[in-house]
Amino acid sequence: MRDVAVVAYSAWNGVEHERNEVEILMPVVRDVFDKVGLTKNDIGFTCSGTSDYLAGQPFSFVSALDAVGAWPPIVESHVEMDGAWALYEAWVRLQHGDLDTALVYAVGKSTMGDLLDVLALQLDPYVLTPLWPDPVSLAALQARAYLEKTGKTEDDLAAVAESRGRRVDRASGYIASPLRRHDCPPITDGAAAVVLAVGDRARELCERPAWICGIDHRIEQHQLGARDLTRSESAKVAADKAGASGVDVAELHAPFTHQELILRDAIGLNGATINPSGGALKANPLMVAGLERIGEAASRVLDGSAAKVLGHATSGPCLQQNLVCVMESR
Amino acid sequence: MANPCAIIGIGQTKHDTKREDCSQIDLVREAAKRALEDAGLTWRDIDAVVIGKAPDTFEGVMMPELFLADALGAVGKPMLRVHTAGSVGGSTALVAASLIQAGVHDRVLTVAYEKQSESDAMWALAMKIPFSPPLVAGAGGYFAPHIRKYIAQSKAPDDIGIKVAVKDRLNGVKNPYAHLHLPNITYEEVRDSLMLWDPIRYLETCPSSDGACAMVLASESASNAPTRPAWVHGGAMRSEPTMFAGRDEVNPIAGQECARDVYKQAGISDPRKEFDAAEIYVPFSWFEAMWMENLHFAPIGDGWKMTDTGATAIDGDMPINPSGGVMCSNPIGASGMLRFAEAAMQVRGQAGEHQIDGARLALGHAYGGGSQYYAMWVVGSEKP
Repeated sequence: MRDVAVVAYSAWNGVEHERNEVEILMPVVRDVFDKVGLTKNDIGFTCSGTSDYLAGQPFSFVSALDAVGAWPPIVESHVEMDGAWALYEAWVRLQHGDLDTALVYAVGKSTMGDLLDVLALQLDPYVLTPLWPDPVSLAALQARAYLEKTGKTEDDLAAVAESRGRRVDRASGYIASPLRRHDCPPITDGAAAVVLAVGDRARELCERPAWICGIDHRIEQHQLGARDLTRSESAKVAADKAGASGVDVAELHAPFTHQELILRDAIGLNGATINPSGGALKANPLMVAGLERIGEAASRVLDGSAAKVLGHATSGPCLQQNLVCVMESR
Repeated sequence: MANPCAIIGIGQTKHDTKREDCSQIDLVREAAKRALEDAGLTWRDIDAVVIGKAPDTFEGVMMPELFLADALGAVGKPMLRVHTAGSVGGSTALVAASLIQAGVHDRVLTVAYEKQSESDAMWALAMKIPFSPPLVAGAGGYFAPHIRKYIAQSKAPDDIGIKVAVKDRLNGVKNPYAHLHLPNITYEEVRDSLMLWDPIRYLETCPSSDGACAMVLASESASNAPTRPAWVHGGAMRSEPTMFAGRDEVNPIAGQECARDVYKQAGISDPRKEFDAAEIYVPFSWFEAMWMENLHFAPIGDGWKMTDTGATAIDGDMPINPSGGVMCSNPIGASGMLRFAEAAMQVRGQAGEHQIDGARLALGHAYGGGSQYYAMWVVGSEKP
């Protein structure tokens, strides 16, 4: 395998009522290029992750491309997935040997519609969507099963929220039992961009590239009754394949407090600092938050504060699909 | 350099207006099972699944790959979902091939589908207000001005589109999977059909179809299959913005460059002479003439002459869309992969009644968005 590294990362999170997706993305792309002194003309391959259903518009990624300015024409692809999977596609493409740099970006405006209704459309259209189950209720079923199986309590969930910087109010009512406000992610708009480079090109572009030493992703059954919701087999396999042992820092894409506990069990993160960024409990822009986890983890290598890090992304209801990217300094 | 990639299994569904006999699940499995059978493999042999389709609004399901994971045997495996507008079927195959070429996997199942009858494609494609002015509904209204400009520039006779429509429909009769089977179609019938978006008549447009296509791609060491494989000789994608001052929408630069790239990889200098067949994305009949120029098969302004002289007929010197192409079947997300798969079927000698005798090198082409996304591959019967 060719050595590929994250050499730059930039992101923006917030709630945005004025700017559209392209306008959110443009300064982020500009910033990530400025960090390594590149322009779009230096990029070999571009790959992005967005969702039409967030924008409420078919081909929303086509207009998002205007943030890059694809002229002269560029070599480009797009996944209707979190940007973490766009990064995976770019990593694969860089293995071919003919291109040395890639731009990966993701953008999502989760606040554009009613996110709970929108995500009900992500389910099996024949037997699940007609019931309009919202993602918080589904996560609550998972949380209840997890607490019952492990003997953990709502206090254990609150402790996760607290350590991610959430203000915990144990007296607040349930949103969906056993989940309270502090157990659930905020609804966030955001954009993120990463520059990948190969070998010597990466060393030219920055002092401490975050070398990708393993990256893998796996999917599980969609039907919630068909898998054990209290554990994440797909995260476990992806972590094993990616070589996720001995990391100093792990950024887990866990939108709900109990999901962080499930992921910690699955990935096995002995002694690692978890989610110093606050993770998805602090900002959870759909389609973006997974790429942000990789970018945030890589930043700990780029700034010299960690030697080996892990970025994780999830997609689908109740952690259906998981990606693990392990990076290190060399 | 990248590793060789073989196409060892190909399958497609019977395409139709409404596949009321099946769900999206059954549809993708119908194509995937045929591809596995063709490859002599089972679900268990597959390392990863790459699925593609056009906008999720076509079926009203957000990221449907999530609920299709079980049906496609992807549980416990990596699964990717590609979306690059109308070119997606081609791009999906290229992403799957990329996994083989990178040496990441040995056997990848790639599937593309659309079940357009579960929604209304025309309105699903209409841009929302207030961000875009509601100038057009559907693709025909968008592309008609490009065709008018082509006719004005090239001074083509005004019946080239009619001739393409008749040719592709007669080719489609030879393809058992094609949606439209119109054995008695005539020049006069196309000419007299309703004008929808001038100069595009009803019979000069593609149908709206339910359908799926699947392929099994393999590394060299995994390339043994009951039928000899096709080999990828080149693959490329290009994108350019939808609109800007001075953009040539008739002969877009992204398409020209994508073709040059893929020909260079395959060592092709004269595409018209060297290709035995080409399956290209022609959703409205006139695009055959336009793409002949964009793909460097004909000099600028001369593309229409290839249709007019019969060169693009199944028995011509450069058969274009012997399967009947998009004019006969258009499950949008799958249409690009169908072009790629039909090209591979030609060089494997699998194309049945629409087989070009002795085909050894073929082009698969797809485009999307406002003629701005391109995906192409060159496939050959010999290992490159």
